Amino acid sequence: MVQSLGFLKESASQTAGPYVHIGLTPNFASIGGVYETDLGATMVNDKTLGRRITISGRVLDGTGTPLRDALIEIWQADASGLYNSPSELRGSADPNFAGWGRCPTHGETGEYRFETIKPGRAPFRDGRLMAPHISFWIVARGINLGLNTRMYFGDEETANAEDPVLARIEHRIRVPTLIAAANGDTYRFDIHLQGEKETVFFDI
Amino acid sequence: MTDLSNSKPETGAFFPRDRLWHPPGLTPGYKTSVLRSPQKALLSLDGTVSEITGPVFGHSILGELDNDLIHNFAKSGESAIGERLVVHGRVLDERGRPVPGALLEFWQANAGGRYRHKKETYLAPLDPNFGGCGRTITDANGHYAFRTVKPGPYPWPNGVNDWRPAHIHFSVFGHGFAQRLITQMYFEGDPMIWKCPIVQTIPDKAAIEQLVAALDWGNTIPMDARAYKFDIVLRGRRSTLFENRMEGN
Ligand SMILES: [Fe+2]
Repeated sequence: MVQSLGFLKESASQTAGPYVHIGLTPNFASIGGVYETDLGATMVNDKTLGRRITISGRVLDGTGTPLRDALIEIWQADASGLYNSPSELRGSADPNFAGWGRCPTHGETGEYRFETIKPGRAPFRDGRLMAPHISFWIVARGINLGLNTRMYFGDEETANAEDPVLARIEHRIRVPTLIAAANGDTYRFDIHLQGEKETVFFDI
Repeated sequence: MTDLSNSKPETGAFFPRDRLWHPPGLTPGYKTSVLRSPQKALLSLDGTVSEITGPVFGHSILGELDNDLIHNFAKSGESAIGERLVVHGRVLDERGRPVPGALLEFWQANAGGRYRHKKETYLAPLDPNFGGCGRTITDANGHYAFRTVKPGPYPWPNGVNDWRPAHIHFSVFGHGFAQRLITQMYFEGDPMIWKCPIVQTIPDKAAIEQLVAALDWGNTIPMDARAYKFDIVLRGRRSTLFENRMEGN
């Protein structure tokens, strides 16, 4: 016998199910009057620092059909690369930018859309800079454990080329699955759950 | 944002997720998972600042009735129909430490097993006084509580005769984005737990039992509401005592 380490087990995940909107975006689900607004619906205000950008796309299943009942959350650094979190020890992030957003995919088209700002660069564990990126978390009916991935920017070729996380992807043909196509201030990022273009998902 | 405690914020990376404890992505008994589960290996990544940080929600976002599903959608002076419950517990991490300041959001069917959602087709009636959502934030000891009515079981299209056991959905934020979790709470003694294809996506019986709330007779409020206790465990994080230092530090 040895001493017990005394650790607990993480509660097992269960699918968010088809009615996740009731809990997380009730106003979107036409349940009015309970919360004033849906959390994470607005990410920027007039005072937020940084370049305004729009990110949109869809989440596609193994047949290429968009999920019309998914929910996406994003988490990102501010324009100078700082996170608005107590665990951020490098400095104080922009007080007018929480860095977190939540959006259900559209009930007909499956489109999601975030109005946010372009994040700055933050360091990897060894101090090298990562390219600007946004963390994504995707839940839906049929997804048993939330999926983590990252979106990088198509107009950051130099930074992307030296990004230590992208460098870890063994099959280089899959790197573009994490890179959003730039069109001015609008970025297009589709997430493929399966198939030839399956997005690289992370075990973070 | 909110000051969660007097202690220094933690910056260690999170313990790796035990993916044999969680349900796998592909679980054919739950048919919708077949076309929605990634088929390629995940890219393992020891947490960077992007994963060890996470949003903080202050108590200022909460309304007075946010943690009272019996009343938060009801007309003035009325209340939701059903068995009145208090659901409470703690949010802990894998090290057994309380997680203060954790935002919990919950949603559920009404007492008849009907959700207030446009895609819901079950013939059980809506309760005009029940919306089905609530939220709260854990206190300094990681404790939370809310009032609700017991949700009913409901049938769902999967097999020809699949039913969900009574359950409450929970969404949980910890202190890092890597701790983000959605799970479900079940009720002690419900025989339908063991017939449910969604419950059965979890391979380990002990992991299922961890999601079953106990009837808490001690905290039951006489002549008012029975209590169920449901603790939630989020990922723990490494101590940073012997972490590799960034170059130059
Ligand atoms: Fe449900």
